[in-house]
Amino acid sequence: MNDKHSGICAGRLTAAEYAKNFADAHPPLNRTQALIESERCYYCYDAPCTTACPTGIDIPTFIQRIAQDNVRGAAHTILEENILGGMCARVCPTEVLCEQACVRNTNEDKPVEIGLLQRYATDGYFAKPGAPLFKRAASSGKRVAVVGAGPAGLSCAHRLAMLGHDVVMFDANPKPGGLNEYGLATYKTVDGFAQKEIEWLLSIGGITVHEDKALGRDIVLDDLTRDYDAVFLGMGLAGVNALGVTEPQAKGLRDAVTFIAELRQAGDYGGVPIGRQVVVIGGGMTAVDAAVQSRKLGAEDVTIVYRRGEEAMSASGYEQDWAKKNGVKITLWARPVEILAEDGAVTGVRFARTAQANGKLTDTGETFALAADMVFRAIGQTFVAAPAGSSITLKDGRIATDEDGKTSHPKVWAGGDCRHGGRDLTVEAVEHGKRAAIAIDKSFRA
Amino acid sequence: MADLTTHFIGIKSPNPFWLASAPPTDKEYNVVRALAAGWGGVVWKTVGEDPPIVNVNGPRYATLWSQDRRVIGFNNIELISDRPLKTNLDEMRRVKRAWPDRAIIASLMVPCTEEAWKNILPQVEDTGCDGVELNFGCPHGMSERGMGSAVGQVPEYIQMVAAWCKQYSKLPVIVKLTPNITDIRYPARAAKKGGADAVSLINTINSIMGVDLDRMVMNPVTDGKGSHGGYCGYAVKPIALNMVGEIARDPETHGLPISGIGGITTWKDAAEFIALGAGTVQVCTAAMVYGFKIIQDLTDGLSNFMDEKGYKSIADFQGKAVGSVVNWQALNLNHIEKAVIEQDLCIQCGRCHVVCEDTSHQAIVAKVNGKRHFEVMEEECVGCNLCVSICPVPQCITMRALKPGEVDKRTGVKVTGQYANWTTHPNNPMREAAK
Repeated sequence: MNDKHSGICAGRLTAAEYAKNFADAHPPLNRTQALIESERCYYCYDAPCTTACPTGIDIPTFIQRIAQDNVRGAAHTILEENILGGMCARVCPTEVLCEQACVRNTNEDKPVEIGLLQRYATDGYFAKPGAPLFKRAASSGKRVAVVGAGPAGLSCAHRLAMLGHDVVMFDANPKPGGLNEYGLATYKTVDGFAQKEIEWLLSIGGITVHEDKALGRDIVLDDLTRDYDAVFLGMGLAGVNALGVTEPQAKGLRDAVTFIAELRQAGDYGGVPIGRQVVVIGGGMTAVDAAVQSRKLGAEDVTIVYRRGEEAMSASGYEQDWAKKNGVKITLWARPVEILAEDGAVTGVRFARTAQANGKLTDTGETFALAADMVFRAIGQTFVAAPAGSSITLKDGRIATDEDGKTSHPKVWAGGDCRHGGRDLTVEAVEHGKRAAIAIDKSFRA
Repeated sequence: MADLTTHFIGIKSPNPFWLASAPPTDKEYNVVRALAAGWGGVVWKTVGEDPPIVNVNGPRYATLWSQDRRVIGFNNIELISDRPLKTNLDEMRRVKRAWPDRAIIASLMVPCTEEAWKNILPQVEDTGCDGVELNFGCPHGMSERGMGSAVGQVPEYIQMVAAWCKQYSKLPVIVKLTPNITDIRYPARAAKKGGADAVSLINTINSIMGVDLDRMVMNPVTDGKGSHGGYCGYAVKPIALNMVGEIARDPETHGLPISGIGGITTWKDAAEFIALGAGTVQVCTAAMVYGFKIIQDLTDGLSNFMDEKGYKSIADFQGKAVGSVVNWQALNLNHIEKAVIEQDLCIQCGRCHVVCEDTSHQAIVAKVNGKRHFEVMEEECVGCNLCVSICPVPQCITMRALKPGEVDKRTGVKVTGQYANWTTHPNNPMREAAK
């Protein structure tokens, strides 16, 4: 099975090819590019880009500061609203957020490159941080437990620390960061940026992180609500949706999220096995990340199969183009009906053609099969509610909260993907954490 | 192609574009390249008495840039020619002989004594050049030695030297004026009284380009010290246009030939100077930014403009806008304009709203029925033109003049269509009695 041309194997490419494939997907702007781009910003009144940013970054201000050679001031403007502004600059789907709102689109169809400018400012600041931008208020004596050290939890912890509270974080994984560390395509955040950013975030002080501590396994919510003045839940989505067909115990059938996490943690891409023919089932960013990275690991033939049309895909048009640019084929209007396997290994997937009829997705009756030695499930993740216990009310399977993230429990707030009603974006998780921290602080002062 | 030939104080050139006296015209090599490229003439880099001056060996230029490093403004601390007088004159002679159809003007700067001018003028005339330009404009270095703008700032000296030049030479005399004065009309009048055939303006403006905040030294700097330099380039054009217009409309100097200088970068700039009375124009910074080839775009643009407008010669539109320049008190106070936002062109940046709200007359709303929408409130609009000036989209906001019979919603007064200015306005304590 270690034949490079068939089956699942590692080391399909040379070291140089891996290095090239997993380099920064969107190289940062240099100073000249940043200055020219910053001049394109019109400095709008009540700027539509700021309104479109889930964290409400004052975008015209930070861009103006770049133009004025005040990179530190630009970074401050970003980070005071979005403490993970460095990562968001890399992973935000800006084409559906700030950049979609840019008034330059009207006449030019070419918005100001807000994401790249944000990266220029934050990278510039992290390279030369100088005096701390954020300081802690006088100690309040209050202690808050934060469950999950992903974007929501980190954002909440930092704001709480700033407001003078002590924070203890618990994360189920060996490293903090959540999806920033385990869930993003490698080429979106190179050079260990996720951990560097967290190290900087934690440098404010007052935040203790306990790794390998999972809720429901190592800690329980009742203890936390007893021992702490407040609790923030930001543990994300631990479950992966099943395909809804019989899934044989076959080699090569995997969760896309595990594959993505494994790749992020792999020191050597040559050691990560990949199939020759890969099928990814799903239509979100996880599907795109898994598919593109399969190609980058040397898979010859990679197909994303999605049951509806491209406009229904939760991967943006930009992400879809990125996939196509990397040689990924996207097959629409098809759903899996059978995972084909022989001798305990996947050999392909049989699909039923689908169509939209009277607002419902139906099978057309036609089927087809795609040969594959690797099949990724990427049809969404689910919140696993059991660890949080029965005291927290859910809505549509996720934690129900008010606008500030307060749950049905008077001492518990929640944010990020585990909270009901969001779009599962990093930037949104950061906003959830920030708002919850402000609400928790307010509750202490009430 | 329109006829761009100019006849300026008896000097003929195939087009009105001369290179101004400056580094681009400092020796035969550059001048020949310029003439080959198509320039109508050159004013040779200013020559002086021997021994020649010396220049600094560090930065002579500094720049005001836009964000993408387009040159907005430029300054220099270079002095006049640092080559022997004979070298310059020999080259000038050769060039004029080889390019008889082009204007070759010698720029001169010698001390303010009759002897000095009496001595240099015949040597210059002997080269066969077409005229002399008296450099009374350079604001740096030479002015400390009593020359350049130090002369241009004293009308009596201008008159005196101009008269010497007319006395000791048959050549046409152009006096180059400094803008570093309070009222440009006085030096221009002095030049005319001294018998000068023309004035050229503006020379450069005293300037410090900036400060290096790491080293805490001004810019440009020579070994830790700097000296103010002459500011020029596109940014000075409005200052130059005003000064040209003032001389053109001053009854005492009206009709005095003017060679317009100051920030001319495109054919449009040149046409504007000509419309305000200039007979030729001189260019330096634009050539120093892009090279001599720009002459092709300058002549092509001017020619196409003239063909489109039906002007057969430069004279056809020279001075055509001078009559539009008047004193403030002659402006029609009964003329009312209001800003209009073309909604189809509006990109919703909202800058018109915020600048009107913060710095003008609170006349543009930002929301209509709870939605982002920018609209002029005529009852507040004074017609100041700020929104037009800052709108990033051309033609999105324009000014509309109210027609006779319309009511100005701000004042409730009906537009009469009758002209009335401050001199007769009831609020003017010095108003003239109604006739």
